[in-house]
Amino acid sequence: MRSLLTVKVLFICSIFLGFSLSATAKEETSEGTKKDLKTEIKEYIDHHLQDSHDFSIFSYTADSGEHVYVGLPLPVILWDNGIQIFSSSQFHHGETLAQAGGNYYALDHGKIYKTDAEGTITYDEEGHATNVRPIDFSITKNVVMMIITGLLMLWLFSSLARSYAKNNGVPTGAGRFFEPIVLYIRDDIAKPTIGEKRYRKYMPFLLTIFFFIWFLNMFGLTPLGINVTGNIAITFGLALLTFLITNFTGTKDYWKHLVDPLGDAMPWYGKLPIYVILVPIELLGLIIKPFALLIRLYANMQAGHIVLMSLIGLMFIFKSWIGSPLSFFLAFAITLIEILVALLQAYIFTMLSSLYFGFASEEHDHHEEEPELAHL
Amino acid sequence: MDKLLNDFSFGLFVWQTLLFVLLLLLLYKYAWKPILNAVDDREEGIKNALAAAEDAKKEMQNVTADSEKLLQEARGEREAMLKEARELREKMMADAKEKAKVEGDKMISQAKATIDSEKKAAVAEIKNQVADLSVQIAEKVLKEQLTNKDKQLKLVDDMLGDLKLN
Repeated sequence: MRSLLTVKVLFICSIFLGFSLSATAKEETSEGTKKDLKTEIKEYIDHHLQDSHDFSIFSYTADSGEHVYVGLPLPVILWDNGIQIFSSSQFHHGETLAQAGGNYYALDHGKIYKTDAEGTITYDEEGHATNVRPIDFSITKNVVMMIITGLLMLWLFSSLARSYAKNNGVPTGAGRFFEPIVLYIRDDIAKPTIGEKRYRKYMPFLLTIFFFIWFLNMFGLTPLGINVTGNIAITFGLALLTFLITNFTGTKDYWKHLVDPLGDAMPWYGKLPIYVILVPIELLGLIIKPFALLIRLYANMQAGHIVLMSLIGLMFIFKSWIGSPLSFFLAFAITLIEILVALLQAYIFTMLSSLYFGFASEEHDHHEEEPELAHL
Repeated sequence: MDKLLNDFSFGLFVWQTLLFVLLLLLLYKYAWKPILNAVDDREEGIKNALAAAEDAKKEMQNVTADSEKLLQEARGEREAMLKEARELREKMMADAKEKAKVEGDKMISQAKATIDSEKKAAVAEIKNQVADLSVQIAEKVLKEQLTNKDKQLKLVDDMLGDLKLN
């Protein structure tokens, strides 16, 4: 039953993506530009991978030749010597300038630049715009998706929590599906890596981060064109929290191990030449661990989306009875794998975070052994 | 790296961190804490129930052993009681027999004594009657014999003859 549902979802997903792709194709030809289909698909994929200032579900070209976007405009919040708030509908998807507080703003490749009244954007030789970029605190598509995910999680898990009280400690409904996952995170991730005594204080973070990443990964597979966990700012934020929690809950042993990895096993003159290399490595490891976390999640989700969309794009490039179905089935297979990856990446992020917490909160017993050794 | 930095949106990062921390706090209060507590309580309950079941089992075994012991005791007691009763009965029977025998002997000896005395009385009676009859017969015979003179004489002769002999 579940697999049937997945197939349906995937099918609809593919149709939607295909539909929006063909719509873009029409638009470009009607405008008479010389871009061929391949560059167009590449741009479309790039566009999809980026965050967006409006929540567009799909777009098409009307009979009149006008390009119609179906979706919601989102609020744009800029910090440009004071807060500027206006609706993203002012940009008309990058076609017009937005005016707020006497300033003009233009949208170029998903980024907002401050311009003059004509909307001139100057580029350097590498193709980057040189205009001033105000700090962008807009409620973008990704922020909306995070809010939706957050509300969904709040609703799901608070109802699970309430179902315990109502039903004598036995979950009901969707809780029956989620409770084993919560228990899995507790029993197979937190307990073995952090330890029976200290795992509890890390549980809320581990649970939140697992479901947050998993749900956002799954949303990324819907045809809404969402790519939250494949965004570097998001994964950076998540990894930063792991980094902060690791180091703020780090015990004395953890810090001691960091600057004095060999401990009393060696006299100081023996340790000195080793520590010249070892201590910088240990300190670098502090940063590298969460950095690996952020890159891993970002790259996996980004790559999954690129591969999937490229395969869907291939359908329109082949335009043959053999090539297009073939790439359709390839895309279908990749989607199945992506569903697994969505769960796997959430698991890996949680598992590794938990492992780092375990290292940081570990307390060795050697303090108690020292007096005994003195007797010997 | 350049692309990564270019893609990095500070605003999104700020929103993400804010939203995530807010979500974490809300979920902690309304979901994770009650869920984990409920699960712990349930596990504790299961553990306690299992321990209680184990205890009950042990108790049950104890009770079974006790009742077995009681049964054994009761059986032994019954056995003893039966034995005692049997012995008592036998003793009573023996006593009764003894008593009956004594009584019977006594009665028999009494009867014998009575019979003896009766017999003696009867014999005495018979003797008397025989004596009477003998006297009467002798009277009659004498009368008969003394009716004529010859005979009286003869008798006197006989008697005298006897006396002579003496």
